[in-house]
Amino acid sequence: MTPLLAYLEVVAGYAQPVVGPISFEVRPGEIVALRGPNGSGKSTLIGALTGSSRVLSGRIERRPGLTVSLQRQLPTRPEGIPLNGHELLRLTGAHRAAPPALLAPLLALRADKLSGGQFQLLEVWACLGGAADLVILDEPTNNMAPSTIEAFVSLLHEKRNGRGVLVVSHERGFVDEVADRVVELQG
Amino acid sequence: MKWQLVVDPLFRVPFLNGLLLAVSMPLLGAYVRLRDEWLASLGMAQVTAAGGVAGLLLGIHPIAGALGAAGLAATAKGAVRRSGNDVFVLLLLFGWSVALLGAANSAQGEEVSHALLDGQLYFTSGAHLAGAAALLAAVALLLPRLSRRLLLERFFPEHLAANRESPFRIHLAFDLLVAFAVALATQSVGVMASFALVFVPPWAAFAGANGWRRALARTAVVAAAAYVVAFAAAIGLNQPFGPVLVAALLLTGLVRLLPAAPGAG
Repeated sequence: MTPLLAYLEVVAGYAQPVVGPISFEVRPGEIVALRGPNGSGKSTLIGALTGSSRVLSGRIERRPGLTVSLQRQLPTRPEGIPLNGHELLRLTGAHRAAPPALLAPLLALRADKLSGGQFQLLEVWACLGGAADLVILDEPTNNMAPSTIEAFVSLLHEKRNGRGVLVVSHERGFVDEVADRVVELQG
Repeated sequence: MKWQLVVDPLFRVPFLNGLLLAVSMPLLGAYVRLRDEWLASLGMAQVTAAGGVAGLLLGIHPIAGALGAAGLAATAKGAVRRSGNDVFVLLLLFGWSVALLGAANSAQGEEVSHALLDGQLYFTSGAHLAGAAALLAAVALLLPRLSRRLLLERFFPEHLAANRESPFRIHLAFDLLVAFAVALATQSVGVMASFALVFVPPWAAFAGANGWRRALARTAVVAAAAYVVAFAAAIGLNQPFGPVLVAALLLTGLVRLLPAAPGAG
């Protein structure tokens, strides 16, 4: 099966290398986790895909026409911006899917009125509930209460539906619970 | 009191010109606020004024100088690829310096500089009205296309880049739109009133609005109402228009005290 995304001997960083060389791939229907301690270069590897960091050697291959939904670590919640939950989901096309029970009552509220954990879940659902081929979640459990993480794990399994999911996390228990494969990064 | 002048045909073109600007500018201001670049309009307005004065010194029409300066400023801002207000502070200081130095070295420049800083709405012509109409058309045409991407960039940073869309092109298109809007508005209502039209209505309207579309509608209504009141008050009380408009816009800040709107469906 053609991978959605493949990192081939990638060394990523800025002026200097931060991480690599590293190789891994994400195929349709699987959840791959990038696990490592803080500072091991997990987010730098994701940045190499978007251009916020540089591929210093090696290469990243994408399946032609690949669509990506990306939630970056510590998502920004602009204060004073009156976007509500329904509108936020519309940005990624996630408004077409039935929202999880935990989230449904919050959608009518302004995003800047949600708690950190609620906003995190909203952003994660905005990525999972859309139709992107590949969903990338960078430290998705940040700010989440244990009960919310439990609901999120169920969602993750439920919504993979032949799509690839790349999860970046330093939380061992969470990664063990959700990932089909784990790529370990050294600190 | 000269209230009968409010409906004088002589002021019809200036009134319509200002009204179109009073709707267009705050809608752009909503997205400027979204990007946390609220100082953009003041920086751009000051550079525009400097462009107008510099145009005179160089022997070209002040409007051409103003538009050129605004375009250059937006392009330069895009080229450094930094969000935030620091770039606009530099533009503001640069524009202020050039405008006043230019004015000091040319009698005509001083006159134009004074007009640009204070505004000259009552003396605007059909050409200004055509520019304002073109701006409103550009806002109506381009903002719906840019809106989703600008919101995505704010709420899901790097999402566009992950899908091989260029955020730089989107930001540049928006920056140019803001620059030309401010250039046009500065010609009609002056530097500070242009800034106030971009900054105050979204600030006032966002507080109690639940939902982006509602906030945009509220922003436009608040600004248009303040403008109509200011236009009538300035003529009726024989006061300079720019400061009256700014005062009326500031009063719209009272909207922030209204109870928040109920949740959106």
